[in-house]
Amino acid sequence: MAAESGTPGAGLRLAVLGAGVMGSGIAALAVGHGIAVSLVDLDRRRLDEAPARIGHQVRTAQLMGALPDGVAPGALGTCLSLADLVTAGDAAPTAVIEAVTEDADAKAKVLADVSALVAPGTPIISNTSAIPIDELARAAARPEDLIGTHFMNPPYLIRTVEVIRGTRTGEATLDALRALLAALRREPVVVADAPGFVTSRILHPMINDAVRVVAAGTADAESVDRLMQGCLGHPTGPLRTADLIGLDNLVDSLWVLHGRTGDEGCRPCDVLLEMVRAGHLGRKSGRGFYEYEGEKT
Amino acid sequence: MTTSPDHPVPEPAGDAGRVRTDLLRFLAKHTGRDWATDADVFGNGGLSSIFAMELVVHLERTYGIAIRGADLRMDNFRTVQRMGALVERLRQPAGGPGA
Repeated sequence: MAAESGTPGAGLRLAVLGAGVMGSGIAALAVGHGIAVSLVDLDRRRLDEAPARIGHQVRTAQLMGALPDGVAPGALGTCLSLADLVTAGDAAPTAVIEAVTEDADAKAKVLADVSALVAPGTPIISNTSAIPIDELARAAARPEDLIGTHFMNPPYLIRTVEVIRGTRTGEATLDALRALLAALRREPVVVADAPGFVTSRILHPMINDAVRVVAAGTADAESVDRLMQGCLGHPTGPLRTADLIGLDNLVDSLWVLHGRTGDEGCRPCDVLLEMVRAGHLGRKSGRGFYEYEGEKT
Repeated sequence: MTTSPDHPVPEPAGDAGRVRTDLLRFLAKHTGRDWATDADVFGNGGLSSIFAMELVVHLERTYGIAIRGADLRMDNFRTVQRMGALVERLRQPAGGPGA
């Protein structure tokens, strides 16, 4: 179904690159706000599973009152190739969100490819939890079209979005992203470029320390989270947050931070690395610091 | 009655009490504590609201219903009584009881 005329997302068409946790979550947010989405992933199995996962998230968002009333869902299409996006006229994306895995080389390759394909002036938004936008801009054909976002998970539930303006990001690109986020009813906070920006630079070493506290036997995971919630007002506690982020993504981001800042506090601790090796990735695998029966996505 | 595509063979229709008993058992299994039928399961000390979707999927699969549109809101899942009433309503043939 197309977006209803007059809805904030009418006329917008989003290309989301990567059908993983964040790509699917951002796609669900857009679809739920009446914005048409083309979801691209080179992994056929992941792409085939994505519509059901996104549909589930849209329903969850509706259940939790996180979607506007009376807005018809945006159309969701899937593509196995970036080249499928390059179609003329109305089907061309008005913005691209790159949400592939948190690996600088992988992101750089996708950004190079997509920036060579889409029309100049099309905002290209890299969703990353830690990789500096200026670093990624070196791969883009037009660095002025590139800007960063750091959506929290799940995107439909958390309204504040960290926006990272690279030193070469154009004013028009920032304006276009602000308009897109307004259509998605998100609230941007624009920050300068740096490894981990603001949220990950603070949160991820803190989670790493929380895991070390558990590993040292000072307290179990639940006690750590209860203390951080009850005493310090953290909404879910650092270890539940880690499970929601995905421990593999967390480790990737910590390596990015460690490699670019030299901060030893950002070196992923052994327990985190062991959990990732064992496939205990958090909510998405059904087990992390907690167990999630029936919640695997 | 609309049938959920995830579970095309619903349990045979039963009384509201059976739905409530099933829900109380489901909640106890997932939370490790007992619940009253009028308790707010998402209230203080209760479930995370993210768990609400599990309740929706459980009801759809167990009773062969599809919960859509305006029915898909948290208020319908706050208590066992409300969930039971929703299931009873959605299990009625179109046109209401006896139609």
